[in-house]
Amino acid sequence: LTLAEVWFVLFVLIIAGYLILDGFDFGVGIVQLVVARNDDERRMVLNSIGPVWDGNEVWIVLGGGVLFAAFPPVYASLFSGFYLAFILVLLVMILRTVAIEFRSKQDGRRWRSVWDTIFSVASLAIAFLFGVAFGNIISGVDLNQSGDINESLLDLLNPFALLVGLTAVSMFAVHGLLFLAVKTVGTLEERVRRYTPVALAVFFLLINVTVVITALTQDQISHRFVDDYWPFTFPGAALVAFFLCLRLIRIGLDFFAFLASAAMIGLLLASGAAGMYPNLLISSTDESFNLTVHNGAAANNTLEIMLAFAVIGIPLILLYTSGVYYFFRGKVELDADSY
Amino acid sequence: MDAEQLSRWQFAFTASFHFIFPPLSMGLGIMLIAIGVAYLRTNDTKWRQLAFFWTQVYGLIFALGVATGVVQEFEFGMNWAGYSRFVGNVFGSLLAAEGIFAFFLEGGFLGLMLFGGNRLGPKLWLGATTVVVFAAHFSALWIVMANSWMQTPDGYKLVTSNGTTTAELTDFLDVMLTPSFIPHILHVYVASWMAGAALVLSVSAWYLLHGRHVELARAGLRLAIPLFAVLAVTQVAIFGANQAISVTNNQPVKLAAIEGLWNDDSCAPLFLAGWVDESNQTTKGLSIPCLLSFLSYGSFDSTVQGLNSFNSDTWAPVNLSFQAYHLMIDIAMLLAFFGLVAAALYYWKDKLVRFRLGLWALVVSVVITEAAIIAGWWTTEVGRQPWVVWNLLRTEDAVSTTLTSAEVGFSLGMFVVLYAILLALFLFLLNGKIQRGPAELHDVETVPEASLPDSFREIFRRRGGRADTMPAGKPVGSEETKP
Repeated sequence: LTLAEVWFVLFVLIIAGYLILDGFDFGVGIVQLVVARNDDERRMVLNSIGPVWDGNEVWIVLGGGVLFAAFPPVYASLFSGFYLAFILVLLVMILRTVAIEFRSKQDGRRWRSVWDTIFSVASLAIAFLFGVAFGNIISGVDLNQSGDINESLLDLLNPFALLVGLTAVSMFAVHGLLFLAVKTVGTLEERVRRYTPVALAVFFLLINVTVVITALTQDQISHRFVDDYWPFTFPGAALVAFFLCLRLIRIGLDFFAFLASAAMIGLLLASGAAGMYPNLLISSTDESFNLTVHNGAAANNTLEIMLAFAVIGIPLILLYTSGVYYFFRGKVELDADSY
Repeated sequence: MDAEQLSRWQFAFTASFHFIFPPLSMGLGIMLIAIGVAYLRTNDTKWRQLAFFWTQVYGLIFALGVATGVVQEFEFGMNWAGYSRFVGNVFGSLLAAEGIFAFFLEGGFLGLMLFGGNRLGPKLWLGATTVVVFAAHFSALWIVMANSWMQTPDGYKLVTSNGTTTAELTDFLDVMLTPSFIPHILHVYVASWMAGAALVLSVSAWYLLHGRHVELARAGLRLAIPLFAVLAVTQVAIFGANQAISVTNNQPVKLAAIEGLWNDDSCAPLFLAGWVDESNQTTKGLSIPCLLSFLSYGSFDSTVQGLNSFNSDTWAPVNLSFQAYHLMIDIAMLLAFFGLVAAALYYWKDKLVRFRLGLWALVVSVVITEAAIIAGWWTTEVGRQPWVVWNLLRTEDAVSTTLTSAEVGFSLGMFVVLYAILLALFLFLLNGKIQRGPAELHDVETVPEASLPDSFREIFRRRGGRADTMPAGKPVGSEETKP
């Protein structure tokens, strides 16, 4: 196992952390307008993520920093090649952040409904854009020898990527609904529970279509699975997590159903990562231009010092993050200083 | 303009806008710690009222800082792919360290800080605030470290493979402690604390001028006046001066540019204000003879090197960096004067609160402090040109080659419009908060202070959290809408 391979695994884990944690924030935003009908309910929804959303968002900042340091050529090619897509991501991320913060600062009805809409649309857009980006990453991009990606925004919005984008939206909607079931009470909770099966059905349909189309059309990915077989563990385990989640919802263990959904999201990402490995960026023009764990990694000195940081830092992060979640556990309560 | 020029403007614009907020977070954080300590020591409820008020302001400032901060990290890769490939090994690891060690601490504890007033006893609330403020400072430490490495790179070696040159890490300690780092970080911290103290001064002075919340405003002055006076004076006399000496020693051509000094001079003047005529290579304005020689090397007849001693393709835009630098030092001197006068009037029979002109000067102090901070960053970043990494990589070689001017023009336009709206909303909400003023305690405290957990044991012993202390079956959302 080389240092670069260790960092590939750690990078996937960090992105999984982001998708699981900020994922329920997106999900809550996606369903907010549907499940919450009045100001109190919307404040409940917003405050369910109130104390934690900012910490959750840090995972993507860490992901960006780790990609920059551990795989500099990949970071440079990906971010410059997906320029306009990332500009849109930034736009919706900024709008979403300020919507959370600004929404309850004024009483006006219109003020609040405008920010509610922005929060919801921006949450949906982020989930969708990350799905589209992921779709393009697994299907490969026009990457040349010097690491330049030549794709316009319209090229990135191809049918396969759009399908992955919709799948991502439905996945996070499920995740957010399961989180809200844990955090809310009353008619709001009833509505959350009513919409959960619908979202689960839509998601199950979309993810299966996505998997089948990936297997049929994305040769570089499907070869990895057929050549080695062990990568099948990840989608297999994701399927188990999905049915476990259904079972846990039925017997009323909401919190564990949420955990099962979290595990499923991590496993689906791992399935994609296993299919990609050792590639980080696949070139659709020539396989020899692929940026891989081997030709795209930083030098060992950097990877070593970063590993030391990760070994010291990440356990601490997990410790106090769980402390904060434990402190804010249970149903949402609204205070004068809540959002 | 081509994609490179537009990328420069976009980075300058987004970074300048972002940097309005972190100094306020750090400085206001220090004020919040002082307020929390004052409450614990005196048990006077006016401090608790101030803690609730300023914590809400902190939340607003923090949100803008977070929203605009992610942009900076993404832009390195988006607009400056050449830079990212070149420095990723070194610079990237500092950014990753910032994420691992500082951002999670800040983001994780922010919820406890913002919503701690009704969930934590005063000691633990102050503890959570202290962690967030420490993390904000820690984050600035890594960022300034990374910037200092770009000014005075060290602890690396250049490696070329397949025609691409990259800087590889050799000694991480040298990367962390480059020659410019210590003066730079101290300068940044002191400026940030000045901004926080100035914000409290500004709002307190406003209340005094309008005869509102007089007791709370006096409490604010009591904390902020001595802090601001000491910081503003030492910033000019020690921390700013040290930063200038660091530039003199490490980047002499930058010193020549920001001072508009064309030829070597054994009695180099220090300008207070002026204008650089770049085509005729002259600088005219109000100056003090020989003072630059003295400040740079400790004697009035030391020779300071002028721009013509260096190759002209290593000159920064002279007039722009000159103007940014002199705007900063002129404001700094004005603030030191404000600080001294305000402190003198305050401690001399409390004359300050009746001196309306003086109070108005305090009201604007936060705005001009912020202006000086932004001008300072322009000095250091424009003064570093044409290099993005000093003497190693030119900015023109750092830009992403795949970008078109239409793409960057679109994104720059988007940021200008978006940030203008954000600034307007930020000022609108901040003003609303200030005009409403600190709420009465019984309006913000939904839970009696005595029933809140104030030690770790109490937190982890209580099952079901706060629900124990609340009447059972209380309908959710029965409380009035947020004030």
